[in-house]
Amino acid sequence: MNGFIAVYLREMLILKYRFKRQLAGMAVSPLLYLITFGYAMGDLIQFGDQSYLHFLIPGLVAMASMTQSFGIATDINVARFYWNIFEEFQAAPISNLSYVAGEVLAGMTRALIGVVVILLLSLPFGVVLHYGPLFWLAIVGNSFVFASLAVGMAMLVKSHADQSLLTSFIITPMAFLGGTFFPVEKLPIWAQGLLSCLPLTHASHAIRATASGKAADGIDYLVLTVVGLVFFWLALHSVNKARD
Amino acid sequence: MIRIEKLQKLYGKVKAVDSIDLAVHPGELFAFLGPNGAGKTTTIRILTGLTRIGSGQARIGGHDIVESPREAKRQCGLVPQHINLDNELSVRENLEIHGRLFGMNTQARGQKIEELLSYVELLDRVDSLVKQLSGGLKRRLMIARALMHEPKVLFLDEPTVGLDPAIRRRIWSLIKRVQQDGTTIFLTTHYIEEAEFLAARVAFLDTGKIVALNTPQALMASLGEWAVDRMNGEGMETTYFATRDQASEYAASQDCGVTLRRVNLEDAFLHLTGKKVLS
Repeated sequence: MNGFIAVYLREMLILKYRFKRQLAGMAVSPLLYLITFGYAMGDLIQFGDQSYLHFLIPGLVAMASMTQSFGIATDINVARFYWNIFEEFQAAPISNLSYVAGEVLAGMTRALIGVVVILLLSLPFGVVLHYGPLFWLAIVGNSFVFASLAVGMAMLVKSHADQSLLTSFIITPMAFLGGTFFPVEKLPIWAQGLLSCLPLTHASHAIRATASGKAADGIDYLVLTVVGLVFFWLALHSVNKARD
Repeated sequence: MIRIEKLQKLYGKVKAVDSIDLAVHPGELFAFLGPNGAGKTTTIRILTGLTRIGSGQARIGGHDIVESPREAKRQCGLVPQHINLDNELSVRENLEIHGRLFGMNTQARGQKIEELLSYVELLDRVDSLVKQLSGGLKRRLMIARALMHEPKVLFLDEPTVGLDPAIRRRIWSLIKRVQQDGTTIFLTTHYIEEAEFLAARVAFLDTGKIVALNTPQALMASLGEWAVDRMNGEGMETTYFATRDQASEYAASQDCGVTLRRVNLEDAFLHLTGKKVLS
């Protein structure tokens, strides 16, 4: 337990020192999406009786909870390859579980802050959504999936450049294809089947449904839980691979 | 305190550590001396759990590093070659996190932070960010951090590399003080004078193998007490003598420039391996 607290506390202290910069960083992309796709182009697209902004904001929430939680991989890599701080954890008598759980929770915390930033940014646009427990549960599930994936990947890559490649090939395509900017239901069946393999598609679906006050689909939560646990298990078994 | 048997580590076909046997006694200040790439850092990294063991066995304070890694790690304090402090955090926060990683409670952490920062003369910088400290102060903080959990063995990997002579001397006196307070010290260095000044016993390491192991005095005495360096057509040639009179007589007989000096550890290393320690 001490090891877990130490790992999490370190990340939170770093976050505290960088808080203003981090908040600004979390706000830039969503704000640009809101202005470009919501405010400037939003009138061109209508979903039934709802504006495109009502559709877009839950998608941005899903995307931010993914990118912010996955962002912990960059911090782990910097600690590992540039500052060598990862050695402090390797030389300490802590379990792999303590290390992984500490970093995953840190990633999830960042994701929740990122989501709050988006919800605050969306207020001036006059969009009112439902923020019930299932809305937050979907965010927690999504950030658990991507924080666990981030820790596992950060242990396996051999350089910071590898990490950037992973982001380019996994996270960026998923951010656009995982039901964030357009309804997956509008695509051909085969494409829908393909995209339903992405955890972000289920997160977007669950977040959007609960934010609109509709009933949540239990399958989405089940997928996020199972995929999250698989990634967490992989992360746990990747820690030893980081030793040479 | 440290017992190593047939320790080996391969990187591809390269033997970074080649079948090392070694025993370091409780309270001893032991030094590994050798050129860059000799296997000094790899040995320390294996012993402290940073690098996977290839083959062989190692025990620290009676705990096998493979069978009981967490118990073995509890015995160790590590000051690596490179600065690995959290630059963005304060001096206190760096020590706090280390204390938590080693399971220290709040009261023990608070007491130890004050005691150690006073020990390494950094108490007035307790709330400074690490990035605001000089290289020498960071080294002292790393030693304090490694001592936080009261390890039985302190591993110091090239502890004074890149420091100016005055700061190096301060670090040396700190290391001596830590050893006098009862901690076993395992040091690697490629600075001859560092090993000579600090260590009770020295092992010469070359291409992953221990080529000699003894007290610095015994290693030097095997050559004699005095040395004469003379330049010949192929470079520097050194001849060793038991007495100063013999060395002076030889020096006087030479028709080129010579240097008369006392034998040092580098002579012993050079004699045993045919290599310069400083690469």
